[in-house]
Amino acid sequence: MHLKYESFVREPLVDGDKTYHQVTEDIVRPIEQKPGRMWYVGFFFSILLLLFGVFSVFWEVYYGIGVWGINRTVGWGWDITNFVWWVGIGHAGTLISAILLLFRQGWRTGVNRAAEAMTIFAVMCAGQFPIFHMGRVWDGFFVLPYPNTRGPLWPNFNSALLWDVFAISTYFTVSLLFWYSGLIPDFATVRDRAKTKLRKRLYGLASFGWTGTAKNWQRHEALSLVLAGLSTPLVLSVHTIVSFDFATSVIPGWHTTIFPPYFVAGAIFSGFAMVQTLLIICRRIMGLEDYITVGHIEAMNKVIVLTGSIVGVAYLTELFMAWYSQVIYEQAAFHWRIMGPYWWSYWAMMTCNVVSPQLFWFKKLRRNIPFTFIMSIVVNIGMWFERFVIIVTSLYRDYLPGSWTYYSPTWPEVGFYLGTFGLFFTCFFLFAKYFPVIAIAEIKFVLKTSGESYKKKMMAIEEKSTEQFAREQAEAHH
Amino acid sequence: MAIKKFAVACFDDEEVLFPAVKKVRNSGYKLHDVYTPFPVHGLDHALGHKETDLHVAGFIYGITGTATALGFMGWIFTSDWPMVFGGKPHFSLPAFIPITFELTVLFAAVGMVLTFCYLNQIMPGVKKHVFHPRQTDDLFVMAIELNDHVSEQEVIDFLKSTGAVETNVQVAESDWWYGRWDQEEEYQKA
Repeated sequence: MHLKYESFVREPLVDGDKTYHQVTEDIVRPIEQKPGRMWYVGFFFSILLLLFGVFSVFWEVYYGIGVWGINRTVGWGWDITNFVWWVGIGHAGTLISAILLLFRQGWRTGVNRAAEAMTIFAVMCAGQFPIFHMGRVWDGFFVLPYPNTRGPLWPNFNSALLWDVFAISTYFTVSLLFWYSGLIPDFATVRDRAKTKLRKRLYGLASFGWTGTAKNWQRHEALSLVLAGLSTPLVLSVHTIVSFDFATSVIPGWHTTIFPPYFVAGAIFSGFAMVQTLLIICRRIMGLEDYITVGHIEAMNKVIVLTGSIVGVAYLTELFMAWYSQVIYEQAAFHWRIMGPYWWSYWAMMTCNVVSPQLFWFKKLRRNIPFTFIMSIVVNIGMWFERFVIIVTSLYRDYLPGSWTYYSPTWPEVGFYLGTFGLFFTCFFLFAKYFPVIAIAEIKFVLKTSGESYKKKMMAIEEKSTEQFAREQAEAHH
Repeated sequence: MAIKKFAVACFDDEEVLFPAVKKVRNSGYKLHDVYTPFPVHGLDHALGHKETDLHVAGFIYGITGTATALGFMGWIFTSDWPMVFGGKPHFSLPAFIPITFELTVLFAAVGMVLTFCYLNQIMPGVKKHVFHPRQTDDLFVMAIELNDHVSEQEVIDFLKSTGAVETNVQVAESDWWYGRWDQEEEYQKA
């Protein structure tokens, strides 16, 4: 039985005086209206960025990977940095939709749909980098274990890079399925109130013919729970495997067992920052302040300060281990990180990731929306530098001083990165226009326990003694 | 595939719906189904539905994925094309764990979603009768199948007495069919 009572001490998840119908109206309204000028401007710029990205990638594929700044010593540059950064961003969506579902965190309902969308788009962006890093991208399918005429010659299943192929593709597929299974009932809501024929037809297709019978909902709940259970270890495994790309190689600065938890914490850290960036804009432009409340933003800031601190501890542990291990190569790697030619990237990382998020210990700042917005961008800059530091500053001064080098990106590398922003925001703008940005059915499900206007009715229950309440509950349910 | 006659009752509160479901089930009328805009916990039990076995199916798909991954990698590296990587054994189980895990999750998730669609009979292009356009918005809609043995008026009066805010009689297809959602069906035009 669903708990019918939640203390009014807990902050409401839905502000204002809402009925079920009002929830539908509020969330479906942006789909049924013409988008504002801001939407068109944003969408136009995203498309421009995307086209520039396509051009940059075309340039790289046509002339070869030599047009990038990477060289014999620094074989992984901006491309792999961006890959890890984008995959990491994706992790917050799955954390919100899966792990917080298992932990029964009610506040996830307001933000899970948009966060999952962000996950899917971020993983799409991430996937581009290793694919085009291959150089001869037309041979990209060689990574798949298919029966071929070369033996068949199989890929090396012991390689962390191949694990990555499986991890990222599974992660994308499962996230997409999880996201879409939640969207089906909401598409049916849009369909049933559609006024135009085209909308009725398209949302009819998208909703798979969902009508919402009791049995269908029972299966839907079972599916959501099991997919959440599967996604929870999955999301942890994905960034663990990404960290194995580094940790299983014998490079000072990479070859550490701390990498998996450290990468996962960093991924969630940057992912929540990206959710904040997107949702603070979304709730404002789409008028969803009642559903994505300051309480939601504060809850996410708490996750940011926790994971930011974990990341900080990991940085310090790395430094300690470099000293404590007495391995001179490890020590040299960290010496060059801190004081070498790339010192600025190390200190940018330290400032953005470790120092500034600590400000979120103050409740006033956690609930301050402009401050949160700025911090969310700072964190993502910091996390980008983290990946840059790990990759480039572990490689540029390798074992032979004769091959020491300095790496800077060229315009096709930068253009490729900008292009993925174009892809990400193009997808997100389309999502914001055509998809219910908040899970309608899930909000309705928690409305009567966590809505602001319903919370006031809890006062009478709150004043009862525990014994009386327990007796009444037992009587009502038997 | 059958076109039938239904008495339809709409409720605007789940608190009213539960006693109504109980009364209808006790009355002996044939309860076709209840449509809700969001999952109402306990409604499946109130209607006498069994727990779903979807998670069991998920487990079986998952195990299939595990077996596929281990079997495939094991076969390749021990018999089809054995190679030595870093002096490790041909069947190096720890190195196979990541891919085995990923395939377990992949098989379980894809299999479950397909099974979910099959059991619920949902697919792009599938159309079903919607008794009330607000059954996916804010109304809880109950449909009772009518036959020659019960009078329409009697059922409607009964439904009204259970607290329905809106009642009517509809002729509807009880099953799903392929169709376009922007087009009306023949039986709906009559």
